[in-house]
Amino acid sequence: MTGQTITFIIGALIVLTGGIGVVASKNPVHSALFLVQTLMGVALLFIVQEAHFLAAVQVVVYAGAIVILFLFVIMLLGVDKAEEWQLKEPIAGQQPLALVVGAALLGLGVVTTIIASDGLTGQVRGVGEKALTSDYTDIERIGRVLFSDYALSFEITAGLLTIAVIAAVVLTRSVAADDLLEDLEPDSMDVPAAAPFGSNDSDLVTSVSDTRHGDDDADEEVG
Amino acid sequence: MVEAVWLIPAFPLAGFLLLLLAGPKLGEPRAGWLATGAMLGSFVSSLVVFFGLVGEDEHHRQYVQTLFEWVPAGDFQVDIGFLVDPLSVTMTMFITGVGALIHLYSIGYMHGDPKFSKFFLYLNLFAFSMLMLVLGDNMLLTFLGWEGVGACSYFLIAFWFTDEANASAGKKAFVTNRIGDWGFMVAMFLTFTTIGSIQYVDIFAADAGLAESTATAITILLLVGAAGKSAQIPLFVWLPDAMAGPTPVSALIHAATMVTSGVYLLTRMNGVIDVSASWAPTTIAWVGAATALFAATIAVAQNDIKKVLAYSTVSQLGYMFLAIGTGAYVAAIFHMITHAFFKALLFLGSGSVIHGMDDDQDMRHYGGLRKLMPITSITFIIGWLAIAGVPPFAGFWSKDEILVYAWNDSPALWAVGFITAILTAFYMSRQVFMTFFGRYRFADVRAEEIEELAATKVQAAEAAVSEAEAGIGDAEAAVVKATEKLEKAQEKLVTRETEMADVDPADEKAVDKATKNLDKARDGVDKARAAADEANAAVEAARDAVRTAQAQVATVAAASMSDASIDFDLFNAPNVGDLPEDDLPEAARARREYHPHESPWQMTLPLVVLAGAAIVAGVMNLPFTKDLHFLEHWLEPVLHESEATLSFKGGTKWVLGIIAVMGGLIGIAAAVAVYLQGRYPASKIERPILARGWRYDETISDFMGGPGRKSFDLVAWFDATFVDGAVNGVGRIVRDSGGQLRRLQSGLVRSYAAMVAVGAIALLVWFLSRANF
Amino acid sequence: MEVSTEWYLVLSAVLFSIGAVGLLIRRNPLVMFMCVELMLNAVNITFVAMGAELNDVGGQIAVFFVLVVAAVEVVVGLALVVAINRRRLGATADDVSVLRG
Repeated sequence: MTGQTITFIIGALIVLTGGIGVVASKNPVHSALFLVQTLMGVALLFIVQEAHFLAAVQVVVYAGAIVILFLFVIMLLGVDKAEEWQLKEPIAGQQPLALVVGAALLGLGVVTTIIASDGLTGQVRGVGEKALTSDYTDIERIGRVLFSDYALSFEITAGLLTIAVIAAVVLTRSVAADDLLEDLEPDSMDVPAAAPFGSNDSDLVTSVSDTRHGDDDADEEVG
Repeated sequence: MVEAVWLIPAFPLAGFLLLLLAGPKLGEPRAGWLATGAMLGSFVSSLVVFFGLVGEDEHHRQYVQTLFEWVPAGDFQVDIGFLVDPLSVTMTMFITGVGALIHLYSIGYMHGDPKFSKFFLYLNLFAFSMLMLVLGDNMLLTFLGWEGVGACSYFLIAFWFTDEANASAGKKAFVTNRIGDWGFMVAMFLTFTTIGSIQYVDIFAADAGLAESTATAITILLLVGAAGKSAQIPLFVWLPDAMAGPTPVSALIHAATMVTSGVYLLTRMNGVIDVSASWAPTTIAWVGAATALFAATIAVAQNDIKKVLAYSTVSQLGYMFLAIGTGAYVAAIFHMITHAFFKALLFLGSGSVIHGMDDDQDMRHYGGLRKLMPITSITFIIGWLAIAGVPPFAGFWSKDEILVYAWNDSPALWAVGFITAILTAFYMSRQVFMTFFGRYRFADVRAEEIEELAATKVQAAEAAVSEAEAGIGDAEAAVVKATEKLEKAQEKLVTRETEMADVDPADEKAVDKATKNLDKARDGVDKARAAADEANAAVEAARDAVRTAQAQVATVAAASMSDASIDFDLFNAPNVGDLPEDDLPEAARARREYHPHESPWQMTLPLVVLAGAAIVAGVMNLPFTKDLHFLEHWLEPVLHESEATLSFKGGTKWVLGIIAVMGGLIGIAAAVAVYLQGRYPASKIERPILARGWRYDETISDFMGGPGRKSFDLVAWFDATFVDGAVNGVGRIVRDSGGQLRRLQSGLVRSYAAMVAVGAIALLVWFLSRANF
Repeated sequence: MEVSTEWYLVLSAVLFSIGAVGLLIRRNPLVMFMCVELMLNAVNITFVAMGAELNDVGGQIAVFFVLVVAAVEVVVGLALVVAINRRRLGATADDVSVLRG
């Protein structure tokens, strides 16, 4: 058992328990915290694989910005109350299907890995600057490659970030309260949701009109 | 000169279009003159083309003018073109000539009709279609005209369609024609498949090389088509009903032109008939002969002047088919031309008679019209002599030709033709004698009128009886009242008598009063008794009145029984019993005032022209020497040696000719004996079964209404269930599956996510299964 | 027992499936987003592992971009969640089903 093995196992445990915690927590705040745990575990795994820069970026961006954003929104909207797990799943067959999907993905991944493992070892692709075994440090290497070979993508991501900022501002503007969603409700479409095989909850059919009451409350609050 | 052929159909087409656009505006006589002018223009053009063709050398008398490409569909190339050759030019000349005369006639006949211009519109459209039929250079163009004349026939027969019977007659004509059209169409398809083209010039070039079975099939199919259009057995049923249309229509369409299309078609395709198995032309001949005889027997018992002529047309068309079947194409065309003249003449003449007799078409009501309508009667008599086969009128020469060739083929055919000729002479003479000779019967009282009158009288008598019975009721009520009054009076008397008895004899006033009252009461009783007696007597009188009224009814009924013995009698005036003059039915009295008159010049001029043609048309193909066979020489390029050759010499022809004349004279003599001199009762000859057309129509109706109906219903059910069901089923499946599929669009993001996940897994599995590790 | 690349790949598969199951099961939109983050992280692990295996820095570059895109996605998504929650408080992913067929 080398040190690397032990570190890997610890990292893996942190990641997996965090993942399960995200999925299984009743309270969204707990989910966010478990997400942080997962992200830390992933950063640990990055370090084990000599991707130091990425590990740092992972912690700073993911755990330090994105999860904080999550927590802000959770607190802002007040959805931290543990209501969700008490209600029955409204879409029929969703939970069994989810388990099946999860099992299938896992199975596929594992089986593929096992079958294809012969082709994995020994191939070396990276040359020159791109090789991980080159003389540069990790950051140098990433910088050199990013601003030369992947410069276009870099610029595009810059644009993407700008768009994201604009989008965030536009989407969260206050608009007139008696607007939007009421007009879009199609009253005559009373077909029960198949979703995909049928519905447990008949309320789903008239879910749109049910939320009108919620609408009035929203109007009073937002004004 | 020959290039002017396109003008021939162009004139009536122009007339049709002009009338379509401006017909009602042109108004009564002008629309008619326009149409007649168009026909005259067409006639002049056909004369021009004729002279152009005569100018050509004998072996080059075939000219094709192509206007434009119509159907360019790969192997199947059809153009709008005209074939000018002796046959088509001959037909166009008499179609346009007779047509123009009939247009002129119609101006007079349709005077006062609200749909005047529409009539001429249809007539011009008909002329256009007929000319396209005859001039077309390929079978499809002929079929275009074929269908066109069928449609126009429908329009014109049902011209006065507000009467249900007329509309039904139009439908019957169209449907029966359609059954025949199927034969024509399949023949066209077969021709195209075997020869590769439906142009006549190509067919003429290739028909000698046709296989016998193919040629036979084409021939029989064409016979089916021709039987529909030319009213042969079994599809002749529409022609008698077609008399519901105006008389010019009957003359033009159902005598001179449309019904000859079948003969024309078979003559056109004579090359194919020539190559077919020998039983095919024999079939044509026997169909024609049987039809001729069948129709002639029915014509003997018809009382409607137009129906006689209708069956006569069917019979004469049978002669033409007989001629074609025996290979005598020239004789068929010859008879077609002469028949056009004299049959049109007869129809127009009958129209003139109908017009003059106040629209009465029953020949039993005619009689003695010779002096009253001189021009009509003379021309009609000329037509009669032509059709009866009396030389030197035209009908004799053509009919004789046909009989000669029939004898050449088989004596049985000749016998049938001969008997039909006798019958033809007989029923036509019957018609002439009943209409123009004999006693003037129009003003006679008719049996149905007397019956109606008697019925009215009996009704009145019975009404009187009811009134009298009501009177009894009143009288009996009066009796009851009177009896009541009597009883009251008697009671009063008793009261007064009691008072009298009770009164004090010492009281003078009271005694006086009582006595007076008693007297009054006694008087009252007497009066009441008298009244009661009167009332009883009144009841008795009322009962007597009823008995008298009932006796009256019996008398009237008995009288009407004897009056109703007015049978139709050709020679004697009807016996009206002891009916006084004033008591005649109204209609009979009106008819006494009516004077039949001759028709206007627009109607009599065509009669005169046609009569002239009926006299001299025989010149076309006199049998005396070969040189006089003008028509035969003229038609030779068309008939390509299909013409049969006689197997005997001139001597037999003379004998047959004389026998034919004798046959005509026998028929006339028989008619004279029955209808002019009354030596033999007509009712023995005019059997009811003949009057009902051997129950042919009725059999068809019974079949179609009974077992036919069941099979139609079955087919309709099959169509509705399976065919419609399949189509609707597809629609339903699409809609239902769509309805099911739309439930996937639930709007729920999570189910979409689930579907994406499932899809992704499927894709992964597929990719991974194809990877080679 | 040497840690080889397959271990990382298997770990990634497990994390990915956990994220997928969570995404399908949870109704709270924010928790659903977090499950998406789990899946993205699983992919990141794979990228880095394969980069190490193939001696190519491209794996790490890919992770870099994935990170950026994840951030953008979270921004936009949370803006949407905020906007929706303005209308109806306590909305779950099932409540916004207006675009039904």
